[in-house]
Order: sequence, then structure tokens, then C-alpha cells
Amino acid sequence: MSRLTRRIFLFGSATIAGGVAFGAYKVATPHPNPLVNAVRVDGVTFNPWIMIDPTGVTLITAHTDVGQGVSSMEALLLAEELDLAQGGFETRFAAPDAAYFNTALAAEAVPFMPTDTGRTAETMRAVAGAAVKLIGLQLTGGSSAVPDSFDKLRQAGAMARETLRAAASKQTGVAVADLRTENGAVILPDGTRIPYPELAATAATLKPVNDVRLRDPSEWRLIGKPVPRRDMPAKTKGQQAYGIDLRLPGLVFASVRLNPAKGGALNGFDADVARSMNGVQTIVPVTGGIAAVANTTWAAIQAVNAVDCDWAPADYPPEQDAHWDALSASFTEDNLDKVWREDGDVDAERIHDAVVVEAEYRAPYVAHQPLEPLNATALVTDTGAEIWTAHQIPQFAVRLAAKAIGMEPDQITFHQQFAGGSFGHRLEFEHVIRAVEIANQMRDTPVQMTLSREEDFAQDFPRQISMGRMRAWSLGGRVDHLEIDIASPSVTRSQMGRMGMPAAGPDLQIAAGVWNMTYNIGRLRVRGYETPGLPPVSSWRSVGASSAGFFAEGFMDEILHAIGADPMAGRIDMCKVDYHRKVLEAAAEMSDWTRPRPAGTGLGVAFVESFGVPVAEVVEVTDTPDGIRITNVWVAADVGRVVDPLNFENIVQGGVIWGLGHAMNSQITYAGGAAEQVNFWDAEGMRIHQAPKIHVRGLENAPKIRGIGEPPVPPAAPALTNAIFAATGQRLREMPFDKFVTFA
Amino acid sequence: MDLQINGQTHSVEVPDDMPLLWVLRDVLNLTGTKYGCGVAACGACTVWIDGIATRSCQVPAADVTGPVTTIEALGDTPVGAAVQAAWIDKQVAQCGYCQSGQIMQAADLLTANPTPTDQDIDDAMGGNLCRCGTYVRIRAAIHAAAKTLSEDKG
Repeated sequence: MSRLTRRIFLFGSATIAGGVAFGAYKVATPHPNPLVNAVRVDGVTFNPWIMIDPTGVTLITAHTDVGQGVSSMEALLLAEELDLAQGGFETRFAAPDAAYFNTALAAEAVPFMPTDTGRTAETMRAVAGAAVKLIGLQLTGGSSAVPDSFDKLRQAGAMARETLRAAASKQTGVAVADLRTENGAVILPDGTRIPYPELAATAATLKPVNDVRLRDPSEWRLIGKPVPRRDMPAKTKGQQAYGIDLRLPGLVFASVRLNPAKGGALNGFDADVARSMNGVQTIVPVTGGIAAVANTTWAAIQAVNAVDCDWAPADYPPEQDAHWDALSASFTEDNLDKVWREDGDVDAERIHDAVVVEAEYRAPYVAHQPLEPLNATALVTDTGAEIWTAHQIPQFAVRLAAKAIGMEPDQITFHQQFAGGSFGHRLEFEHVIRAVEIANQMRDTPVQMTLSREEDFAQDFPRQISMGRMRAWSLGGRVDHLEIDIASPSVTRSQMGRMGMPAAGPDLQIAAGVWNMTYNIGRLRVRGYETPGLPPVSSWRSVGASSAGFFAEGFMDEILHAIGADPMAGRIDMCKVDYHRKVLEAAAEMSDWTRPRPAGTGLGVAFVESFGVPVAEVVEVTDTPDGIRITNVWVAADVGRVVDPLNFENIVQGGVIWGLGHAMNSQITYAGGAAEQVNFWDAEGMRIHQAPKIHVRGLENAPKIRGIGEPPVPPAAPALTNAIFAATGQRLREMPFDKFVTFA
Repeated sequence: MDLQINGQTHSVEVPDDMPLLWVLRDVLNLTGTKYGCGVAACGACTVWIDGIATRSCQVPAADVTGPVTTIEALGDTPVGAAVQAAWIDKQVAQCGYCQSGQIMQAADLLTANPTPTDQDIDDAMGGNLCRCGTYVRIRAAIHAAAKTLSEDKG
């Protein structure tokens, strides 16, 4: 067992683990409910997600709301079983706690295809899940919020409902069987309503009712129905407070400037000019750079830019060409990370038709750049610290912040904030560490540290740069033999290194979206190579599949064209998993694929499964005198169960725009060790005039419920390059595409 | 200096060259207006000055002579109320950080052009970046608001 755990735990899209050995008892023991310490004396808490006292019902959101509506989704699942009315409760973000460990992360962190539900795969998932539980890891990422929440929050809601019925029975003498619940109250046979808050004190005296039955889907009032998001009014009226909007009494504003050669040291600095600037209180050193503290964020940003800094060089190649050279040189036995697939006898003597296709594809570094720049507010005193920020791994933010200022994690109170976007950016820690470093030098004063957009670009750990080399042979008009080799730095190793976690074993992300492909190809080999020596990289919405999926599905189009097959029919024909094929068939039907389009208009299709979700996208482009215009996109995705169709559509559309926009025009390149792109005009993604109509269909044939945050991204870029080929005959194998074509 | 903001006069002591954005956010605590890029490339800081949508990160405080309307008071205008209602009805926002600017710009568009086409919307809204990619719903919400406003008049 221990060898096994070592192998599977150490890697994954977001998994944290050690090579730990543990007993069944320890795994079965639940983490204590942290709300026990938060609930009022006249209130009750049934589990870590629900708290009721005479003033009302409070639901706890365990995940970080980076914009995808988890605080609404999680409340909806609780409310479904607890019979709460919309507006009949408040929500609050959880304090970091092991009780909120993510139950869904492990499924995507073991090297088994999501379509593999065999005993070995399921056992490995259970073992990995036990490790995540044991560690108590609360994490938002990997499109896991819905699968983590779906069963456990309904269970939590049902348990609270049944305990409240028992409390009402005790209070009134009416048998439990004669009591029902509705709109936040227990209803007596004569119609009398007892609101839950009036039952809190009695419920607190009862043993919670754990043996509950979850409702049948036919009884659902909320799940699967269009339910407005709770945060929508505030976000429309300028009332939603994000971390950057926090205004504490006595607050001072700060900004930092760090070595643009990422991770490089600061040799020395001259801050005389900056210190004398209007509004500036002080200039202080932080790890790898300097910080200014001032009476406004604007003054702080002006001041850090006025400091004369002497930077040490980075420990990676300063010029971009050398990064591509490093990728190119890393397809060697030494750098082989894992042979992911070896279906059929790939080394047997090849007898094929004449058609042989061979190509190299490239994907650049890309920055995250959510519109709210990274920021954190910190208050350090002699006895402890408080941190206010939006973070996707709050326990590690606390741990690394504590280490930075020589405190223990339990001396730090963390206040989770709404995030103005993330896309993976708020999995990182540098801004949190710098904020506490500043606050530690001015104890008892709350400090809000905000990165300028330029500094955020400069310090962004971007999406991995990647290169794919592929070859294919046909036999009898079919794809007979396909070899895909992908080289990139290891995102997982890079991130876990910054978390101080062990990093061994293969990285599932290097060839993500490819090693799990479900096409029926007689001979298939997929290999991942880890490129050493490049700058830090980080998870970028859909991670490895955002580059590897582009390679495989762009190349698949080349193969199908070469053998004279229709790109859609050819894929459908090769797809051997029923619910995957249905996604492709839906996209074909939605886009009316076989309808002839006018000259200059082309359709491209791509199909990628990521995070267990098969997604097919058809992109329609027209070659206009002003350039390529994307007119329509049709998307079919299967998440097993769509919790909220309104929000689902919005997130899918956003994912498509994210995937298309960055494929069109965004990259990070290095010169002199620094990112060359400094603000949105250098890497802006899509703007509204380029946004197509996006038609979305959620299918529910998949056997497990999954999340939709990331899966719409990977098919977007290959579907676009395939559409451009169909419209113009030009095959683009490298992002961003605006290096080669103009977009209208 | 005195600034007219949302119908009130605020006396502030700030450097002449401090952009209006930072006066609003860090001096007056009107944080509904957002910092996104500081170079007029994203539109998150859009406010109305003299009724015209303007990037507040580019306007020095000393140059602000007309009345300023921010997202906090936009709902007091008929066009602003209609736009905000449409934004909620169409469930536009994801992270929501850009939406103050989007809504200020959309309300400006509908003031000048009560029946915009998709092309008009694209032309007017092209400076407002949404990293979450809510553009499809932004278009739908602007059309819906236009319809509401024309029915109210009718």
C-alpha cells in the first residue's frame, strides 16, 4: 500500500499529498465541525455548512467564489434538501478548515482515464480521496466544486431538516411523521409554521439525525431549474466588495515591485526620490523587491516605480528563443516523464497506405490576468495576524504567510473574499507573502497591498509553454497509428515546489486531454516529456489540456483531411465511448454541420475531454476583407447533471471566449529575463466586437457529476484553427494565431 | 478642491494630478468604480463626467469640472435603472469586477442611441474588457434595456 500511495498521491492537477501511510480508523473519523466555536449559545450547528440561531439561517460556502457562482450553487444544494426559500438565509465563506476538505480532487489526480470505472481505478480514487481527507485539504480548482458538493451538501441539508423536524416534534408533541418542511419552517398538520430559527435552541439539545434519505430528482425544486445567482444584484450595482475594496479603519495602501527576472534577488536599491514623494509613508524591503506604503494605492504605485533597483539575474534563460530551444531539446529518454498510452503494438513493422502526416505544434506562455489585480490586506500584531484576500488554497496561504513572518499558522486568521476573477492566478502565494512582510514591518496598522497591472503581468506565473510532435499513418482509409509526444515544463512540480510540497512521479498535466483520449485508434502512443530549466509556470484555466488538447485536435484534423474523411464524421466514427460520441453528435446537429456554407466560411470541430467532461465545439469563421471573423460557436458538454442551466450556459460561454481569445492574440515572451507584455494592450484576450454567438447544450448521459469551469476551454483553440483551415486553407499550428492571420 | 459626485459636493485635498479613480476609491471610499489597468485599456474605471462615459483612471482630479456619476448612483437615472434591471434579468455577471464599467458604458450608449444594433453595441463597448467572457449576455442585456426604455416612453 505505501508504495502505491507514494506513486499516486504525489501528482495531479491540484493534489497535495505525501507518501503517507494511514489506518482505516483515522480516515473514517470525521473532522470536527468548526462552527461549534462560531455558533451563538442559543443557536445550533448540524454540520460544517449550516448554522441556525434565533436571528436566522447561515449557510457556509467552502469554496472560493472566483466568479463562477459557487456561493449560489452551494447554497442551492443545501436549500434543496433543507427547504429554504431564496432569500431566507445568508451565506458566508468558510474559515480555512480540514472539515471542508475537497472530496472530488482525488478522482482527477490518479492516472486512470475518467472513462475507466473499473475496480482498480475506483480503488485508487478512493485511496487518493482518503489521503486528501486525511490532510484536510480545502481547495478550489480542477473544476471540482460541484462534484465535491453535490452529494455532501444535499446530505448536510437533509440531516439538518430531519433534526429540525425532530426538534419541532419535541417542542409541540406532534409526531415527526406528521410534520413537513417548507420555505424555512416546519409545518404542523393544522398549518401552523414554526420558522427554523425558533427551533434552534431545541435542536441543539438533540442528537443530529444522520440516517436520512436524499430526495429523488423528481422531487427537486431547485436543482436543474434556472435559479438566479445570489450575487447578481450587488455585482450590478457596484455593491459587491472584493478584497481590493476592503476599507478598514486606519488602513494604509501599499504596492510592490519585485525583480522582473522571476525569483531573482534584489542586490540593492535607492529609494531617496520615492521616499520624498507626496503621500508616501515609507519604502521597505520585501523578499525579492521593495514595497511602498502610502495614503493611496496610486501614490504607492508611483513610488515603487520611482525606486532605482539593482536586480540579480534569473536562473532561467533570459531570451525567449532559448525557451523554445529547451522544449525542442527535451524529447529525450532523460526527460521522459511518462509513457501515457501504448495501445497496440506501436513498435511492430509498419505496413501502411501512403498517407503519413507529421507536424510540430506550439503553445506559448499565457498570463492569467483576472481583472481584479492580485491584492491582499494584512494586519500583523505582536501576537498574531489577520489576512483578507481571495485565495483558492487558504490553508497554504496561511501556512506560507506564517512562515514568512516567523509565526505559527494558528496565529493567523484568514478572511476569504470574493474574487474579481482568477483563472488559476489565485492559487499562487507571492502577493500574500509580500503583504504580510510589509504589515510585519508596520505592526498594528492594516496594510492593503495591490499590484499594479504592470507588476501583475511582470510577476504572473503563466500557463506552461509547450510543444507537440506528432506522426500518423493510415491503413484502409482509417487512422491506424498515431504517436503524440508532448514536452513542457511541469506545472504541478512548479506549483508544488512553491508550496513546499514533495514533487515526484509523472505529471498528469503535460499531456492532459490527450492521454485520456477515447478515439478508437489501433496503435496509439502518447508520451510526456518534462522540460527542465524554464521559469515558474502555473495552472491556467484547464491547465495542460489547454495546450495538449490544441495539439492533438488540430493534428487530428490534419489526419482526417489527409485520408479524405469528414472531420466530424471521422471523429464520430472513431469515438468508442457512448456518452462521448453523443456530445459530438449533438454538436453536429446543433451546428447543422452538413449544411453547405458559402465560400470563405468554414467550420471546424474539436473534441477534448478534460476534468472528466467531454466537450465538443464547432467554430464557424468567415474570411472577410478585414480578416477572420468568428461568427458562431456551438458547444455540447456532458457533466452528468446540470445543477443550474442559467449559470451553466454563462460559464460555458465564458470558457469558450477564454479559449478563443487567448488563442487569437495572447502570449508571454521573455527578453532579458522579464516578460515583454506589460498591460492588456499586449495580451487582451477577446473583446466584445470579436465575440461570436455561442450556442450551448448540456447533456446528462455521463455516469458521474462533474464541473464545467474548465472543460469548455481546451476544444476552443483547435476548433478555431480547424475552422480557419476550412475557410482559408491555411493551417495554423502555433498560438497565438494573430502571428499569422488578422482577426476582424 | 471641490468635486460634484452623485449629487453631493466633496471637498478633497489631493494632488492635482491624482486620477479621479483613486480619489473615488481611496479617498472617498466609493469602491464600486474599479481599478483594472490604469491605462484606459479595460474600462473597469468608467464613470460619467457631465453625463459622458469616461475612463476615470485617465482624468486628473484637477481637470474634473463637471458633475460625476458613479455606479453607486447610476440607478437613480431611468436609463441606469433599466440597464441594471436588464443586467440582473439576463444574469450577466460572473466575477462581476468589470460590470460597473460595462454598465456605465452601456447606459451612456442607450442615452445617445436608444435602439442600438449589435454593431452599435460592439462599437460602443469595445473598450470594456470582460475577462470572464460575458459578452453574449452583455449584448442581450443592452437590447433588453433598450426595449424596456422604449416601452416606458411609449
